[in-house]
Amino acid sequence: MGQETTKPKHVVDPNSAKYKLGQLAAQAYTDAMEAKARGEKIGWCASNFPVEIPETLGLYVVYPENQAAGIAARGGGERMCNVAEADGYSNDLCAYARISLAYAKLKDAPEQNMPMPDFVLCCNNICNCMIKWYENLAKELNIPMIMIDIPFNPDYEVSDAQVEYIKGQFWDAVHQLEEITGKKWSDERFKEVMASSGRASRAWIEATSQAKYVPSPFNGFDLLNHMAVMVTARGREAAGEAMETLLKEYKENHEKGLSTFRAEEKYRIMFEGIACWPWLRVTSTGLKSRGINMVTTIYADAFGYIYNDFDEMCRVYAEVPNSMNLERSRDKRIKLCKENHVEGLLVHTNRSCKLWSGFMPEMSRQIGEACNIPVASFDGDQADPRNFSEAQYDTRVQGLMEIMEANKGGK
Amino acid sequence: MYTLGIDIGSTTSKCVILKDGQEIAGTSIVVAGTGTDGPEKALTEVLADAKVSRKDLSVIIATGYGRKIFSAADGEVSELSCHARGVHHIFPNVRTIIDIGGQDAKVIALNEQGRMSNFLMNDKCAAGTGRFLDVMAGILQLKIEDLETQAALAKEAVKISSTCTVFAESEVISQLANGVSTPDLVAGICQSVAVRVGSLAKRIGIREEVCMSGGVARNGGVRVAMEKELGVEIKYSPIAQLLGALGAALYAYDKACSK
Repeated sequence: MGQETTKPKHVVDPNSAKYKLGQLAAQAYTDAMEAKARGEKIGWCASNFPVEIPETLGLYVVYPENQAAGIAARGGGERMCNVAEADGYSNDLCAYARISLAYAKLKDAPEQNMPMPDFVLCCNNICNCMIKWYENLAKELNIPMIMIDIPFNPDYEVSDAQVEYIKGQFWDAVHQLEEITGKKWSDERFKEVMASSGRASRAWIEATSQAKYVPSPFNGFDLLNHMAVMVTARGREAAGEAMETLLKEYKENHEKGLSTFRAEEKYRIMFEGIACWPWLRVTSTGLKSRGINMVTTIYADAFGYIYNDFDEMCRVYAEVPNSMNLERSRDKRIKLCKENHVEGLLVHTNRSCKLWSGFMPEMSRQIGEACNIPVASFDGDQADPRNFSEAQYDTRVQGLMEIMEANKGGK
Repeated sequence: MYTLGIDIGSTTSKCVILKDGQEIAGTSIVVAGTGTDGPEKALTEVLADAKVSRKDLSVIIATGYGRKIFSAADGEVSELSCHARGVHHIFPNVRTIIDIGGQDAKVIALNEQGRMSNFLMNDKCAAGTGRFLDVMAGILQLKIEDLETQAALAKEAVKISSTCTVFAESEVISQLANGVSTPDLVAGICQSVAVRVGSLAKRIGIREEVCMSGGVARNGGVRVAMEKELGVEIKYSPIAQLLGALGAALYAYDKACSK
């Protein structure tokens, strides 16, 4: 009988960006669990809530959107959605909301557990549905909800009046949290947090911009994982250091002719929308097997918060993708497409996100015309696996590839 | 030289054998799609129709939903590109193709060279597809090929407001209970498909000439409704259902020539 051979487990280099970013993303959960165990009050926080507030106050928060994505990617989305739907939440609601509301009831999901909150921090700059989701969390769990209202901006620029409106709410949120948690605001600490957030953001934006090289030194699906740190830990000093490591690696990849895209890069596309987490491997393989690299996404821009002072910070939070009008959103994407030599646009018509999917048909039409690139869309969902068809996805991706190939004169 | 295109759809398998990239030497249509023995049957039938054997085929290209699992193929091309190619072969001036198959609907824009430049497809819902018509014909106890003659007898098309196949089914049943005539109902059903798929065509931008391909194109009731909906003449070939397979046979010819 021959000796059994086992494949050696791949060990991630602890000095690599992948390791550091993975640790940071996981640490957000463990830190909050430890804080909860110590008796500290912890919160659940919307992804585009000004993280500078809890970070400055020394509060630990976790992110339901991030948790829902993790649960969905690990196969628990349908189970959790069914729990919420059995409680009367409509199948038409955002699947992140359904998973989160189910978690608030069950208080357990082996795919990604997190401590129960003592308060929730909501900001609607990314999504208005989130208000009702968080209101329900607050009511069900009988805890306070702190809301920063940053409504959709129909104008191209953010006005001074809007900045004033946000500033007032910002300080109100700080005072409420001081009262709830007993922690105190420190201007000095706030400056440090702003600096950390800025450092991480600058490195993130520069790292993602390395896709300007052909071939790209990275696979765009990397960004979907790494952005978790920009969501959950951008105010921490270690996030800046990890993002700078990522930037260094991408630059080195370019210099050495390497890439984390493990195939020949034949075509370059922009991916639009939240990832289809329950079908991440299928959607990724459908591209990679055809030599299609997703070189950019609006996330490259969305979670980079560059500002120099308090007023600018308030302005930045009113300029996140889903709070901007169509023209500005379009222009940002056109810039990304042009800078990164994009040859096609693949749009995820995400059943969970009515806002994003609602404006995409017109926006993608305008982007396609402005950049002279083909556009294809597929139906899916960020967390509910029932809204995706692999065969339909495959046909659309192949159709997109065949147009890109014809445009290159290949057929 | 003989090349074969096989279009393995969700409900039907279609084959075309081309002689020297020009002449259609044989065709077959078997009502059994991917996951059945339909593709093999279609292959057997087309060989008999063309009076050739397997070894006479230089290259086989597969298309349609079952394109990846047909092991006899030498390559696969999406049904989008194949319909574009097949339609361009028959109608060189067509710039917009409306292809309605068993479970999806596509609108394909062609450039001046007849290459696909853009496309739109239906969402996951079966409204506006062949499946919708199958279900409606079933309720009315009609054969699918009778829909055209029934629609032609209509005095006034009845509006079917539900786009959902399931809800439309109950809507049609209640219209029948209200005494609405079958021809008026059939015309309304055809109109419903035309409105649903016509909106996709409007989104992509209609450039004439416009052609319908796919199995549903055989239904004159839908073609007439589509002409009304879009306000343009719809080109139609009696081999509309075979145009994807024809495109695949043309791609097979390209491949054979480049060998």
